[in-house]
Amino acid sequence: MENNILQLITILIPGLPLLGFILHYIFNDKISEKISGMHATLWVFLAFILSCTVFYSIGDKGQIQTHLFSWINTGDLNIPMAFIIDQLSSIMMLLITGVGSLIHIYSIGYMHGDKGFNRFFAYLNLFIFFMLLLVMADNYVLMFVGWEGVGLCSWLLIGFWYQNQEYNKAANKAFIMNRIGDLAMIIAMFLIFNQFGTLIIQDVISEATVPGSLHIHLGGITLLLFIAATGKSAQIPLFTWLPDAMAGPTPVSALIHAATMVTAGIYLIIRNNVLFSMTPDTMTVIMVTGIVTAIFAGSIAVKQNDIKKILAYSTVSQLGLMFFALGLGAYAAAFFHLITHAFFKALLFLGAGSIIHGLHGEQDIRKMGGLHRYMKTTHWVYFIGLLAIMAVPPFSGFFSKDGILIAAYHKSPLLWGLGLASGMLTVFYMMRSYLLVFHGDSRVEKDTMKHIHESPPVMTVPLILLSVLALLGGIINLPHIFHGNTWLQHYLTPILTEGSIHADIALEYILMGISVSAVALVSYFAYRIYIVKGAVPSENNETQGFLSQLLSSRYYVDEIYQAVIVQPFYKISAFFYNILDLKIIDGAVNGLGKLSFFISGHAKETQNGNISYYLFAMALGMGGILFLFLLF
Amino acid sequence: MNELINLKDQLRIIPLEHYVFLCIILFSIGVMGVLLRRNMIIVFLSIELMLNSINLLAVTFSVYHNDASGQAFVFFVMVVAAAEVAVGLAMLVLIFRNIKSVDINALNHLKW
Repeated sequence: MENNILQLITILIPGLPLLGFILHYIFNDKISEKISGMHATLWVFLAFILSCTVFYSIGDKGQIQTHLFSWINTGDLNIPMAFIIDQLSSIMMLLITGVGSLIHIYSIGYMHGDKGFNRFFAYLNLFIFFMLLLVMADNYVLMFVGWEGVGLCSWLLIGFWYQNQEYNKAANKAFIMNRIGDLAMIIAMFLIFNQFGTLIIQDVISEATVPGSLHIHLGGITLLLFIAATGKSAQIPLFTWLPDAMAGPTPVSALIHAATMVTAGIYLIIRNNVLFSMTPDTMTVIMVTGIVTAIFAGSIAVKQNDIKKILAYSTVSQLGLMFFALGLGAYAAAFFHLITHAFFKALLFLGAGSIIHGLHGEQDIRKMGGLHRYMKTTHWVYFIGLLAIMAVPPFSGFFSKDGILIAAYHKSPLLWGLGLASGMLTVFYMMRSYLLVFHGDSRVEKDTMKHIHESPPVMTVPLILLSVLALLGGIINLPHIFHGNTWLQHYLTPILTEGSIHADIALEYILMGISVSAVALVSYFAYRIYIVKGAVPSENNETQGFLSQLLSSRYYVDEIYQAVIVQPFYKISAFFYNILDLKIIDGAVNGLGKLSFFISGHAKETQNGNISYYLFAMALGMGGILFLFLLF
Repeated sequence: MNELINLKDQLRIIPLEHYVFLCIILFSIGVMGVLLRRNMIIVFLSIELMLNSINLLAVTFSVYHNDASGQAFVFFVMVVAAAEVAVGLAMLVLIFRNIKSVDINALNHLKW
């Protein structure tokens, strides 16, 4: 295809959702729900089609560069408004617009009748725009614009039902915790500019790989970029915002807090994988953080009773697994898991949304049960998502998780064991949520029971499409032992630095066998507990043992942050307010006022209207002047 | 011409210091009158007294120094004083019409 046509297309891809947002903004009150939802979806879907053409042409061109205009040009700093589309960003664009359009369609059904329907779609379009900007950016600054933009949209959408003060708090929490990561990203950009003299990603990477060059700040740069990623991708220590972010509407949780925005951190690291590969210490930090987060969040999910909270902690855990893979240097495996996770987690979230929709807002799995009789489609798609996330072959999750585990085994069997353990936690909590929701006796409240219904086709069709993706997504990176050709790995080769792992085929079979049998074992274990014994989580937490108390309270992380960071911060603020501001600064300002009152209060006495007094003062003054003349 | 010189000599019989002390006394009486009296007319008179004491001093020095410019100044001062008296008395009459008083402290409203 012609180069300039392609460049036009790359401008249109983020431009269309932006146009959608602007149109929504202008015609917010004037258009009906139907038109609003339709045209919002249309823009994203068109962007998807265009992304497909771009993806198709990347195959032979390698990359497309689009220079719009020179954005910031001052001194040595030269930042263009430019897009670069290579293998990595083209897949991300497909993912964002593809999953995005499905979730748009789903939202038409889910948000039906909501007061803020049009506003919701405006925000969704804006989010797609910023997310595309993030992955298409040619330089760190433009990427940062997208990075902040998705944070903004996340904030807007978490606090979408703004009448609820708790939701607003959750939105602010997400935004503020993200700011910590953003600060790290800004400092990383300063360091990059200081070190390399440019902020264009490709130039930085080619500069860094010049043989014999020494870059003293590189370790700091990568560590700061990783901290930025922990904020956006909800890793320890900045993960607590993501479970709270479930306050937003469920499609938002699926799109932003599972499939796309939270993977921005992973994208950032893969985008800069050359730099990361040069700093092994940072890689170790990433690996440890990743696996600790995966197990930590997975164990919390075991004891949660809110279906969306379970999925949220599951997301944190899966993202941790991706970081684990990144830390191992298995970038392709991490990216593969990112894609499959986007499919099956979006599916699970939307399935959960369908359940919540059918039960009129009920999110507590203790008040569900036996739902497979009432919601057949939802049950089946949720089941497929479940198998995918549990890594049952041949579902997509199996291949992606397996890739990570093999990379881990290649490094050390211990790491493989930890990875497997986090996978087993995933299996357990997902089985628990599935069995408690869809099987066993119905514990639905009577009032809700009367209105229970399957979701309309506008919601189930995207679910079915996503379940197909969750089922078949593994094909894109089928390993050699299944006669695949690891397409994704080859496709990404131009931008990755990793060497391919040559594991023994027999060993691979053994590892797969172990993980599959472990999945089966844990599933059976969960089945024993929740179906055969019919255990239902107790209503009150007081009767639990220490460990389960710890887990259901999420390791008291929020409380610890509250006590260690938030409360001291409030104390400091109170100190500054009461002492510094009220006493010293206000005291000084008011003191000046009082002083001038005092002085003028006395000085005005001289102007008393008494002519004799004035004359006397005049005579005195004259006398004084004469006296001075005599003196000098 | 001789008579004129005689007049000068006769004036010079009285020593200069006496004229100066007389002027100081007259001026001080004027100042005290302005500062201490409350009747506007008296204050006015006191001002005239001060002016005339200065006039006397100027004329004295004019005679003693053989310099006529002092006398020229005195004429100017007299003219100005006459004009001032005309305006001042007119104002005084108007003030009296308004407040039925010539007390200098009665008009003390123009203050903070």
